[in-house]
Amino acid sequence: MIEGFTALYIFMLAGFVGYEVISRVPVILHTPLMSGSNFVHGIVVVGAMVALGQAQTALEQIIGFVGVALAAGNAVGGYVVTERMLEMFKSSKE
Amino acid sequence: MAFIQLCYFAAAVLFILGLKRMSSPKSARSGIVWAGAGMLVATLITFFTPGMSNYLLILIAIGVGSYVAWKSGKTVAMTDMPQMIAIYNGMGGGAAACIAAVELLKGGEHGFAVLLLGVLGALIGAVSFSGSVVAWAKLDGRMKKAIRFPNQKLVNLAVFALALLFGLIIVGKGHAGAFTIIVFFLAALAFGAMMALPIGGADMPVVISLFNAFTGLAVAFEGFVLQNAAMIIAGTVVGAAGTLLTQLMAKAMNRPISNVLFSNFGGGGGAAAEEEITGSMKASEPMDAAVQMCYAAKVIIVPGYGLAVAQAQHKVWELAELLEERGVEVKFAIHPVAGRMPGHMNVLLAEAGVPYDKIFDLDEINNEFASTDVSLVIGANDVVNPVAKSNPDSPIYGMPILNVDQSRNVLVIKRGQGAGFSGIENHLFYLDNTRMVYGDAQKVVAELIAHVKAL
Repeated sequence: MIEGFTALYIFMLAGFVGYEVISRVPVILHTPLMSGSNFVHGIVVVGAMVALGQAQTALEQIIGFVGVALAAGNAVGGYVVTERMLEMFKSSKE
Repeated sequence: MAFIQLCYFAAAVLFILGLKRMSSPKSARSGIVWAGAGMLVATLITFFTPGMSNYLLILIAIGVGSYVAWKSGKTVAMTDMPQMIAIYNGMGGGAAACIAAVELLKGGEHGFAVLLLGVLGALIGAVSFSGSVVAWAKLDGRMKKAIRFPNQKLVNLAVFALALLFGLIIVGKGHAGAFTIIVFFLAALAFGAMMALPIGGADMPVVISLFNAFTGLAVAFEGFVLQNAAMIIAGTVVGAAGTLLTQLMAKAMNRPISNVLFSNFGGGGGAAAEEEITGSMKASEPMDAAVQMCYAAKVIIVPGYGLAVAQAQHKVWELAELLEERGVEVKFAIHPVAGRMPGHMNVLLAEAGVPYDKIFDLDEINNEFASTDVSLVIGANDVVNPVAKSNPDSPIYGMPILNVDQSRNVLVIKRGQGAGFSGIENHLFYLDNTRMVYGDAQKVVAELIAHVKAL
């Protein structure tokens, strides 16, 4: 499993990837990009699902339920608005 | 189990490729589809995680969250996009905090690193949640723009210290009681909201992208707690990307991020440093403005937040097309922090149908103003204020601005005579070659269109 230094290496490499992928993005795409990365952290939905799936007491279930609902909202909402925005970007040749 | 891990791996690859594709306008549309596919794969496979129960609850929760977000996302107006993105982002942060809460309540044996990152993720996630909700309320006009009270920084610091203290107790003890956990979360939530309270509208691009980075980090940390590599990678990538974007925004305002967050912009001192203004504002009628533009060789349109407020983006493009038919070269110039989120103006112009190759950012177009006959400023103020170059005492000194003042003629569409967000007088408006056209941007541009058609 992912432990100690392995996790640290993953954090480090993923951080550089994020920085590099974004660093050459033209200004016109800043909004879709921010909204797209907003969608990507919607991956929290899988964590929330696991948390709720393993919840036992009523309190844990309630918090887990809220977590999954919020995370699903993040993912779906992020996708919908990003797609709507990207749909609009066209060059004058198109 | 290995297959589940393989799916998460595939999801992480798809996220990175998707984001990469979003860095060019041509491939951007497919980028979100790739990332979406990754999300779908990861979500579906999670149902097969060993030891899961509560399937019905999970399905209902996904259904409720998805339905609400789908509906709001499909119907929201492009001008309201900043607050929508803010609230979706806050939801992600809230979800990360919920994961931590469930894990902490369950107790169980956790190593020091897991506890530390779990609590840290919870803190950041909760701050991002409540902060984003406040940002949303402000942008949506449900809340007064900026709320300030005496000793605000001290109070905020105290609340933050409280959250930190209880967080450390949880980490130190290993098994914290419900009371400690509840105080920790309440303090974290309170701090997020209070942090966002004093921040004004024009600083929102920085704040929104900062909270985006926060949520990414929180997701990565909770991913470590749950031993989920997809969450760690996706969260860290977003955290890094969001940090970079936040830096770009802060740089475009020539202010360090700490200054955006902790000092009240234009909140005093600025007025005393005002430079003497020579000349006066000269009003012009739409008729004259239309004539001026029709007989120009080159027009640059500079949109600002006022364009979004007036929903004038469609009219502006109609005007630009009419001018182009008459042989006028028309370009759009966009300042990085124009509007209320990064790239806000680009989205609005794209919605109106303006091709992206007619839109230029500061570095690309700033040398062209000197050879421009007419610059049309619509609802922008501080980003075209030459004081930023000329007066070292001004609060906005050093901020890169669009060199509109260098063009031969300047037309400014503005609702009234008041100063901009920062409260600083705009010297551009007093220049000899500047004419003010007062009124709502949409109405004024509609009049311009009518006159151009009649000419």
